Amino acid sequence: MTTTTLAVLVPLLPFLGAALGLLTGRTAPRFARPLALLPTLLAAVCAVLVAFRQGGGAGGGTPPLDAATRLTPTGSVPVDLSLHVDGFAALVAVLVGVVAVCVQLYSTAYLRHDARYPSYAALVSLFTSAMLLVVYSGDLMVLLVGWEVMGICSYFLVGHYWETPEARAASIKAFLVTKLGDVPFLIGLFALAGDAGSFRIPRILDTVAGGGLHHPTLVALLLLAGVAGKSAQFPLHTWLPDAMAGPTPVSALIHAATMVAAGVYFVARLLPVFTASTAALVVLAVSAAVTMVGSALAALAQDDIKRVLAYSTIGQLGYMSGALALGDRDAAVFHLLSHGAFKALLFLGAGVVIHAAGTNSLAATSRMGGLARRIPTAFWTMTLGLLSLAAIPPFAGFFSKESVLGAAENAALGGSVPPSGTAGVTPADGAVAAGAIGPTASAALGWTVLLAGLVAALLTGAYAARLWLLAFRGRGAPAPGHGRQPLAMNATLWLLAVPTACFGALAWYLGDWFDGQRLTPALNTSLLGTGVAVVGAGALYGAWRRAAPRLERTPLGAVAAHPDEEPALTEAAAIEAHPVVYGDIADAPDPADPGRILLGPLHRHAAAGFHLDALYDLLFVRTAQAGARLVRFLDREVVDAYVRGAGTGARWLGAAARRAQTGNVQSYLSALLAGSVVLAIAAVLFAAGV
Amino acid sequence: MHLVYPAVLSALLFCTGVYGVLARRNAILVLMSVELMLNAVNLNLVAFDAWLRDSLHAGQALTLFVIAIAAAEIGIGLAIVLMVHRARGTSDIDRLRDTSEPAMDRFPDGTGLSGTDPSGAAPARPDDPAGPAATNAEAGA
Amino acid sequence: MNLATHGAALQAAAGHGFLSPSGVEIVFLLVGVVTLGAAVLTVTTRQLVHAALWLVVALGGLAVEYLLLTAEFIAWVQVLIYVGSIVVLLLFGLMLTKAPIGRSPDADSAGRPAALAVAVAAAATLVWVVTDAFRATWIDLDGPAHGSTKVTGQALFRHWVLPFEALSVLLLAALVGAIVLSRKYAAEAGAGPDAGAGTDAGGRAPRTGERQS
Repeated sequence: MTTTTLAVLVPLLPFLGAALGLLTGRTAPRFARPLALLPTLLAAVCAVLVAFRQGGGAGGGTPPLDAATRLTPTGSVPVDLSLHVDGFAALVAVLVGVVAVCVQLYSTAYLRHDARYPSYAALVSLFTSAMLLVVYSGDLMVLLVGWEVMGICSYFLVGHYWETPEARAASIKAFLVTKLGDVPFLIGLFALAGDAGSFRIPRILDTVAGGGLHHPTLVALLLLAGVAGKSAQFPLHTWLPDAMAGPTPVSALIHAATMVAAGVYFVARLLPVFTASTAALVVLAVSAAVTMVGSALAALAQDDIKRVLAYSTIGQLGYMSGALALGDRDAAVFHLLSHGAFKALLFLGAGVVIHAAGTNSLAATSRMGGLARRIPTAFWTMTLGLLSLAAIPPFAGFFSKESVLGAAENAALGGSVPPSGTAGVTPADGAVAAGAIGPTASAALGWTVLLAGLVAALLTGAYAARLWLLAFRGRGAPAPGHGRQPLAMNATLWLLAVPTACFGALAWYLGDWFDGQRLTPALNTSLLGTGVAVVGAGALYGAWRRAAPRLERTPLGAVAAHPDEEPALTEAAAIEAHPVVYGDIADAPDPADPGRILLGPLHRHAAAGFHLDALYDLLFVRTAQAGARLVRFLDREVVDAYVRGAGTGARWLGAAARRAQTGNVQSYLSALLAGSVVLAIAAVLFAAGV
Repeated sequence: MHLVYPAVLSALLFCTGVYGVLARRNAILVLMSVELMLNAVNLNLVAFDAWLRDSLHAGQALTLFVIAIAAAEIGIGLAIVLMVHRARGTSDIDRLRDTSEPAMDRFPDGTGLSGTDPSGAAPARPDDPAGPAATNAEAGA
Repeated sequence: MNLATHGAALQAAAGHGFLSPSGVEIVFLLVGVVTLGAAVLTVTTRQLVHAALWLVVALGGLAVEYLLLTAEFIAWVQVLIYVGSIVVLLLFGLMLTKAPIGRSPDADSAGRPAALAVAVAAAATLVWVVTDAFRATWIDLDGPAHGSTKVTGQALFRHWVLPFEALSVLLLAALVGAIVLSRKYAAEAGAGPDAGAGTDAGGRAPRTGERQS
C-alpha cells in the first residue's frame, strides 16, 4: 500500500464509520461502539504509518508528499482533491488520531447508557474525519470543507445535552462566533487564491515566495479573523468557555486537543503568507499576548473545573499564536502536539473527577475529602497533566513551552526572525519572509511574546496549583461513593499519560520533521520559565494555606448528582445545577478560594471573563435586537399599513358598490337607460362632427 | 304628410313609456307603460312603411307581429304579476328586492358602516368570504 | 348627412310648405296631442284604474293616427286587440291584485326624479335627432291606399306566412304559459280531489320555486 493510499484512508475511514454509524444507529445500536472505535483506530494506525514513511527522521530534506486529483473542472480557479503531507501534517494527524481513539474509547464508558450515543459517536467520527481532512488537505477549498464540517460537528456536540438551556445557548454561541470569523476567512481564501490562481497550498506558497501577493496585509488579516474564531483567540474566544456545556470527551477532543488547534495549524501551514505582512504579525502577537494573560487570569477565577481548563486551553493556544507571530512554526506545532496530549488528558481526568464528586464546582470539591484516594488513576494522571501544563520539567509541556519562550527570547535579543518556509524551502523564501519584517519590529514582537509568556507562565503555575489543590486536597466529608470508575476511562487516562510524561524527549528529534529549528530548551528561559511557574504555584499554595480556616466557616452546598448515574448524566446535571445554586455559571461565592485571595478585586472581573460577553451583548446582541425591533416596527406599522390600506380601500369600494345593489329593478333600469342616452348623445355628437 | 310628425310623436310616446316604466310602482302600471313603448314603435313602423312604400309591407307586417307579441307578453306578464302578488301579497316592484346585497349591518369589518360587533357577525356566516379575512385583519392588528 | 343631398332633399320637398300644413297634418297633430296627453296621464295619474282608462284613450288615438297614415287594417287590429283585449286584461289584472280604487299616494316609486331626468333626456335626444334627420322628408299619402286590408292580407299571406304561423305557435305557448302560471294549485286552494295526478306532478315545480323565492 503506497503512502498516498494510506494518507487517503486516514480521513476516509472515520468518515465511513460516521456514515455507517448515522445510518445504522437507530436500527442496530449494538454496532455503534465498534463502528465508532474501529475506523478511528484504523485511521490512527494509518496516520502513524504515514508519519513513519513520510517523516521517518529523514531530516528536513524529505520532500512533502503531494498528490492531487481533479474530479471536475470548477471554473476559473480549480479545486482539487489533493494531499500535502509534510512533517507537520503527519505529526498533527497522529495526534488527532490518537486523541480521537482515546476519546472514543472513553466515551464508550462515559456515555454508556446515553440514548443518543450512536449519533454522538458518529458525529465524533465525522469530526475526526473532518479534522484529518484539514490536516492532510493540500487544497484550501477542501480544507475549508473540513473546517466547516468541524464547526457544525462542534455545534451538534456542544449541544448534545440540548435539554439544558446552557447547552443550547452555548452551541448557538459557538457556532455564531466561529462563523463570525469564518466569513472573513472565506473572503481571505478567495483573495489568496485569486492572487495565486490556485487553491493548492504549494502553488500559493510559491506565489508568496515570488512576491505575487498583491495585498498581503489584507489577506493575512482576513485569514487571521477565521483563525481567531476557530482557535479561540482574543477577541473571538468567548465561545470556548461556554462550549464546556458539552460532554467532557467532546471538550477533550474538539475544544482542547484538535479543533481549536486547527487555526494554529492553518497559520503554521501558510506561515509565509503571514510573515509577508508586518501588520498581521503584530496583530497576531498582540492578540496572543492579550489572550495569554487575560485567559490565565480568568482561569484563576473560574469555579467550574472544565471552565478552568477551557481558559487554560485559550492561554496555551495563545502561546502557539505567539510563536507563530515570531515566525517560528516549529515551536508552535511542537506546543500544539504536547498540549493536545496533556490537555486531552486533563479534560478526560476532569470528567472522572466530575463523575466521582458529583459536581463540577471547585468550591464544592474543596470541601470534599478523600477524592484523591477514591480515584487514584485520575489523581495521578491529572497531576502529571497539571505539571505538564505548568511547564515543570521534565514533562512534555515544559519542553514545548520552552521552545516557544526560547524563540521569543531569540527574537527579543536581536536574533533575526528564523527563516521559515516549507520543508523544501529555498533561500529566497527565507529572505522574503525575513525581509518583510525589520529587526526592530522583530525584537518588539519578541519582547511582547516573551513578557506575556512569562506572566502567563506565572499565572499558569498558579491556576494549575489551584486546580490540583481544590480538586484533590479538599477537606471535609468524604465524597459520596460512585463505585469504581470504568476501566475504559482509566485506561484512556494512562494511555494519554505516556505522551504527557515522555513527549518532551522528542524535542531533540522533532526538529528534523519540521523546518529544522532548535526545539531543545535553553538554559536561561528554562530557568526563568520554571522559576515563575514555581513562584506562581508557591504563592497560590500560601494563599491556600491561609484560606484553609475559612473553609469550615463557610459551608457551601455541594452540587451532588445521583451517585448511580452514568458519568455523562452526572456532568449534565452538575452543569445545569451550577448557576441555580451559585447564581453564576462560572463563579462561586467561596471566600476560601485561593484564587480569590490572590486576585483581590480583579477576581470579580476575571470570573466574568473580563465582561467581554456583556460588552458583546451590548455591542452586537442589543444592536441586532434593536434593529430587529425597528424592522418589526417598520414591517408592522409602515409596510403593513399599505397592505391593510389596500384591503381597506377595496373594502370601502366594495361597500360603495354594494350600496348600489339595492335590488330595485327600476333603479338598475334607470341607470342602464341613462347610460344608453349618454352613449347615444355621444354617438350623435360624434356623427355630427361636433 | 311630414315625416317629422309621426316620428316625433313616436319618440315622445316612447319616452313617456320609459318614464312610466322607471317611475311607476305598481307592476301592472309598468306593463301599461311597456305597452306605450311598444305602440310608439308600432307608430314608427307604420309611418316609415308609408314613407318607404315597401313592396313587402314589412313595416305593417311587423306591426301586426308586434301587436300579437304584445298580447302574448301582456298575458304572460300579468300571469307573473298575479303569481308574485299571490306569493308576496304585493305587486309593487320596489318591494321585490331579493337580488339586493344583504343589509349593511352585516358588514363584517366594523369600519363604521355598522354598529354591530364584527366578531359576532363573522362566525355566524361561515360562508361569508370576508369572514376569515376579517379575523386575519383582527389578528394582525 | 352631407350638404349636397340635404339641399336636394329640400328642393324636392319645395312643393310641400313646411309652415303650411295640409288638413291631414293638422288632424294628425291634434290627435297626436290628445294621444300624447293621454299617455302622459297614463303614466302620471295616481288612480290606477284611471291609468288603464287613459291608456284606452292613448291607444285609440294611435289607431286614428294609423288611419291617417292609411294603415286601416292595423288601425282596426289596434282597436280590437289593444283596446278590446289588452286593456281589459290589464283591468282584470288590477282587480285581481287588489289594486286600490281611488287615489293612491304611493303610485310612483322613489326613483321618480331619476326616471323623469332619463325620460326627458331621452326625449330631447330623440326629438333632436329625428327632426334633424327628417325635417325635409314627406310621406306621399296619395295614390292607392297603402295599408288597406286587401293589400295587407296579400302581403301577409304571400311574403310573411311563415313568421305568421310561427307567431301562432308563440301565441299558443304564451296562452298555455299564462294559464300554468296563474292557476291556483290544489294545495294552495285546498281543493284536493279535482287535482289529478298529472297536474299534481306538474304543479310541484312552481311551488318549490315559490319556496325558494
